[in-house]
Amino acid sequence: MASRKGLAPSKIVVPGNKGVKISRAVTIRKPADALYAFWRDLENLSLVIKHPVTIRNLSDIESHWSVSAPPGDRRVEWDALIINDEKDKLIAWRSREDSEINNAGSVRFEPAPGGDATEVTVTLEYQPPGGKLGALLAKLSGEEAGQQVGDALRRLKALMEVGEIPTTDGQPVGEPQRKKNQ
Amino acid sequence: MKAVCWMGKKKMEVQRVNDPKILNPRDCIVRITSTAICGSDLHLYDGYIPTMEKGDILGHEFMGEVVEIGPQVKKLKVGDRVVVPFTISCGGCFHCSRQQWSCCDNTNPNARLAEVLYGHSGAALYGYSHMMGGYAGGQAQYARVPFADVGPIKIESNIDDDKVLFLSDIFPTGFMAAENCNIEPGRSVVAVWGCGPVGQFAIRSAFLLGAAKVIAIDSVPERLRMAEEAGAYVLNDDDGDIQERLNLLTGGRGPDACIDGVGMEAHGSVYDSVKQKLKLENDHPYALRQAMRAVRTGGTLSVPGVYSGFIDKVPFGAAFGKGVTIRQGQTHTQRYLRPLLDLIENGKIDPSFVITHRVPLSKAPEAYETFCNKEDGCIKVVLDPNA
Ligand SMILES: NC(=O)c1ccc[n+]([C@@H]2O[C@H](COP(=O)([O-])OP(=O)(O)OC[C@H]3O[C@@H](n4cnc5c(N)ncnc54)[C@H](O)[C@@H]3O)[C@@H](O)[C@H]2O)c1
Ligand SMILES: [Zn+2]
Ligand SMILES: [Zn+2]
Repeated sequence: MASRKGLAPSKIVVPGNKGVKISRAVTIRKPADALYAFWRDLENLSLVIKHPVTIRNLSDIESHWSVSAPPGDRRVEWDALIINDEKDKLIAWRSREDSEINNAGSVRFEPAPGGDATEVTVTLEYQPPGGKLGALLAKLSGEEAGQQVGDALRRLKALMEVGEIPTTDGQPVGEPQRKKNQ
Repeated sequence: MKAVCWMGKKKMEVQRVNDPKILNPRDCIVRITSTAICGSDLHLYDGYIPTMEKGDILGHEFMGEVVEIGPQVKKLKVGDRVVVPFTISCGGCFHCSRQQWSCCDNTNPNARLAEVLYGHSGAALYGYSHMMGGYAGGQAQYARVPFADVGPIKIESNIDDDKVLFLSDIFPTGFMAAENCNIEPGRSVVAVWGCGPVGQFAIRSAFLLGAAKVIAIDSVPERLRMAEEAGAYVLNDDDGDIQERLNLLTGGRGPDACIDGVGMEAHGSVYDSVKQKLKLENDHPYALRQAMRAVRTGGTLSVPGVYSGFIDKVPFGAAFGKGVTIRQGQTHTQRYLRPLLDLIENGKIDPSFVITHRVPLSKAPEAYETFCNKEDGCIKVVLDPNA
């Protein structure tokens, strides 16, 4: 775990109300330490984020993110820095300055009433950049991004509670869907 | 393999599709030996369940032989004979740990769709719309069964398919409907709306749980006759005021518990038919309204009949004013598999009584029509996937 001293300085990346802010929560029947440990190794998150994403740990507090974005399958990339880290409780991060998409986020792990589960709350903020891409990303409304985060949390829950993520991808289906899928 | 596909309202088609594969480590593949059409499938057939897509494979009442298992399947083995419950449950979430199997958190890949309509999502179901998971169903020759060690019950004896097939849904559904009635043995009077397969099992389960009297309501003569054979007192809906007749049969008290075994397509009111057609109301709560008014003060309303959306003119004041307890939902099927299999194996009940039609899978579209229109005395259709 990063020592507090080793953390990157916290900084407001998404000023004022210019950005999109999303919060989502899920309750997972696992202790906070297991969930924290999973999340702290950021590369694990690519297992639960449905949208194709590559995450590479560069150091204990730095990671490189790459996602495909419209138009075409162009890639948007940025480096993220962990700016706050409380073992089994909280992880917060932000993108390095001058990233194509400025973004910041945090995840909190709190015991749920009853003592056998953990409430996981994620907050994400991002600032769509200017230009053509910005316009496109703005279209990807907060609601849609919120659903993506919601999906990821649900998938995280399934993976942690039962070891697999529910899917129907690849199951048999009749026409006309069959053609569409191929 | 061959599979029954939904191709739009009142349009079913048997298609050749790919065989299912193991997709997750805890899956198994079942070669289906018997499969049935459920009253719930009629809601799909009639186009009342949202998020269906052409080409979806239907069916949620099936059994067969395990032919392949995923690497994390521990209990089931290839060659095991199993009945598969229609609710897909993970076994590891809060709800599964409390036997609330149909509320499972972790099996619906499209939970997001269900959340839009319901606020939260329950368990996925086989062959029952994308909102409910989008899983291919079991009116087919093979099916992929997720969480193979959680759902399916192994049948060790060589008892006939016909006797155990309905553990997949309608027997547990009728049983849970009766259990939800809080029956006091020797005292409770239970009224059951709908003498379809669910109603039939609810009637028999109410007796098994000790009901003093069961009153069954429908308007289809052969279905009423089947209810009568179980010992129920029957009322034909076409013969006049139900409330009045129920009062006369209960010394003016009203039934202690009422079961709505009809659901969202009840016939009876022009108001609802028009609204349903205009899409102003998706469900048709005629039986529910009657049951709410008929139930005695402090009684119980148990609703196994399926509702999927909004309903109008529900006499909630009647339910409130009488302090009625309402219990409902998709069946927690897994909870009932073992105890009901025991009842079957001990000869306490033979569920095959309800079967009126046996049809090759390839004739499923015609069978849907017959069942839907209640032609030819049709009460329950079993499909043979190998014919
Ligand atoms: N809760 C669950 O998990 C679950 C499981 C299986 C089925 N179901 C639901 O249970 C219901 C019944 O299923 P089924 O297989 O018996 O279907 P079914 O369509 O064969 O039976 C419905 C019966 O209700 C009768 N009916 C219609 N309107 C009526 C009215 N106003 N008063 C009295 N009777 C009326 C019909 O004549 C018919 O006999 C359906 O809604 C089905 O979706 C729920
Ligand atoms: Zn059913
Ligand atoms: Zn579960």
